[in-house]
Amino acid sequence: MNRGRAFGRAVFALVWKDLLAELRSLEVISAMLVFALTVILVFNFALELTPRLRAELSSGVLWVSLAFSGTLGLNRSLGQEKDRGCLDGLLLAPVDRLAIFFGKALANWLFMLLCLVILLPVLSVLYDPRLLQAGVWGVALLGSLGYVVVGTLLASMAVQARTRDVLLPILLFPVLLPALVASVKASSGFLLGLPGNEISPWLIVLIVYDLIFLALALFVFDTILEE
Amino acid sequence: MRKPFGLKILDGVTLLAFAVAVALVFFYAPLEAQMGAVQKVFYFHVAAGWTGMLGFVVAAVTSALYLITRNPRWDGFSVSGVEIGLVFMLINIVSGSIWAYPTWNTWWTWDVRLTTATIMELIYLAYGLLRQGVDDPERRRRFAAVYALLGFVSVPITFVSIRLFNSIHPVVIGAGGEMPTMAFTPAMQVAFFGSLIAFSFIFVDLFWHRLLLANWAERVDALKARFEDVEGGMK
Amino acid sequence: MGVIEVHRLTRRFGLRTVLNGVELTVQAGEFVALLGPNGAGKTTLLRILASLMRPTMGRVMLAGCELPRQAAAARQQLGFVSHLPLLYGNLSAEQNLWFYGQLYGLQDYRRRAAEVLRLVGLERRSGDAVRTFSRGMQQRLAVARAILHDPQVLLLDEPHTGLDQDACAMLDAVLRRVTAEGRTVLMTSHDLVRVQALAGRFDVLSRGKICASAHADALGPGGLPGFYQQALEEEQ
Repeated sequence: MNRGRAFGRAVFALVWKDLLAELRSLEVISAMLVFALTVILVFNFALELTPRLRAELSSGVLWVSLAFSGTLGLNRSLGQEKDRGCLDGLLLAPVDRLAIFFGKALANWLFMLLCLVILLPVLSVLYDPRLLQAGVWGVALLGSLGYVVVGTLLASMAVQARTRDVLLPILLFPVLLPALVASVKASSGFLLGLPGNEISPWLIVLIVYDLIFLALALFVFDTILEE
Repeated sequence: MRKPFGLKILDGVTLLAFAVAVALVFFYAPLEAQMGAVQKVFYFHVAAGWTGMLGFVVAAVTSALYLITRNPRWDGFSVSGVEIGLVFMLINIVSGSIWAYPTWNTWWTWDVRLTTATIMELIYLAYGLLRQGVDDPERRRRFAAVYALLGFVSVPITFVSIRLFNSIHPVVIGAGGEMPTMAFTPAMQVAFFGSLIAFSFIFVDLFWHRLLLANWAERVDALKARFEDVEGGMK
Repeated sequence: MGVIEVHRLTRRFGLRTVLNGVELTVQAGEFVALLGPNGAGKTTLLRILASLMRPTMGRVMLAGCELPRQAAAARQQLGFVSHLPLLYGNLSAEQNLWFYGQLYGLQDYRRRAAEVLRLVGLERRSGDAVRTFSRGMQQRLAVARAILHDPQVLLLDEPHTGLDQDACAMLDAVLRRVTAEGRTVLMTSHDLVRVQALAGRFDVLSRGKICASAHADALGPGGLPGFYQQALEEEQ
């Protein structure tokens, strides 16, 4: 299975490369975190929440700020490849195009999870301590996975357009909506301690979304990178 | 560059069909007991929604065909489908709003179909912006096709998730539940199918027109390119 | 059979025809300079050879592999240097080379990386972030990256762009060292003076076709500009 090993090695190299580069500059994560925290603060003042309302809205606030800051991260992450011509470097190498997608998506996912590791505790202090529980983390994993799969696909297109920065959120959010809704509802379900059978439909929607778009990405990514 | 004969006939038939549909809706179908005159919007609202949906489906299928065959003609079909769908979906959304106001005293209801229609409209618009933002024509076609597919696949999931949302959260203000379906007398059925058929004709008619437009635009571009070549060749 | 063989290569962008039936053959070990005015299609030709772009029509063979069908196999045998560095600024030189080494599946990456760094004269800066490098150093590192996997063919797209005289001289020294190992090189350039000292053969691309070709010995020292002018005039 030589091709398999080459594939795995390429994906690992891509993820490691992104992590190394990020470690030196913290470009992606800092943009995402600062933006997310700002959004959270704005919500606090804009919505004038009573403690009870705050608890109920906290998962909504979490996912909205994540969704918006995620676009910054995606644009940075894929912009880096495009700007110094590095995408060419990747395409020149004898690696499967799909490995490029997986590597990028995986790296983006890790960045998002890193942000969550900081955001969730902050939110739990500012909004609702019940946010820090396994169920919410689980939803965060699934939701962010769907986000980066679709986001990496669309960002790969958006960075090649003239209107790059504006385009990504416009392309992403309508398509992402079901995953967003499901993530919010599932998170708040866990938060409010709702019974399992009320949370599970949302989890199913999320899983179905992730699977369908993962499958679609496999078919479609090649065409995005062609010239 | 002349309009094909078949299209001229279709234009006539479409106008006729539309006139008949209007007549049916306003003069043949009875006034609905509860909602009164505003209910008549319903006929056009649903027909427009159906047409909007059709445009989307056509765009998705032809996008897939473009990606497989790389024949630019399919891309022309996709663009036409999206543009027409955009307009009809807008009619659907606005008419839904017009219907909602006298009925529930609110301009907007989070009815699952209306909300999904709005999201579809946003995807259409994003499609347009994507095309605008990519300069290279071949890349533009490819990216647009990919996005049309992604958008199309997301819509059913969106529908399901919003329906799930609404079933858990019956919003008390105005509606939030489904748009009520009313009792259909046979006369209303006739008007309903009449407008459905008329709108389908309108769809095909406009679609054909739009395709022609795309063809002519391409021919103009080709002539322009040849002209520029000749000019530029004189170094 | 040449290492690079191009027959009737045509490439269109929408309605514009950029390459119009290009014929080109490069034998093993040759250093060919591809000259031509702006917009002649030099970069397009090179990108097709580098498997980054597909031809509209025609046949392209590189190192025995047909492009684009056997592009994956061809990639192992080619290195590409463009005027963009294709390097990650936030990583060090060594980390960049490690990354590409992984992509090319190099087994003894460490030894090879040290080797190429020495070849391009950057062994003392291997741990520094690439964004601290001058443009000349970045280009030299780009060459190191391109030959890391020891490819048969080296393609260079106007590599001297943006370099001052000293950097150019250093790059030329690197190129000479690299090609002494018997590699096949195809380089596009605007700089006739520079190129005359490097290449063994000169082909002129104009209006999408190769319109002239000459060997260095046939031209004699300083004969290139004249040959180039004449080739372009004849094209008119």
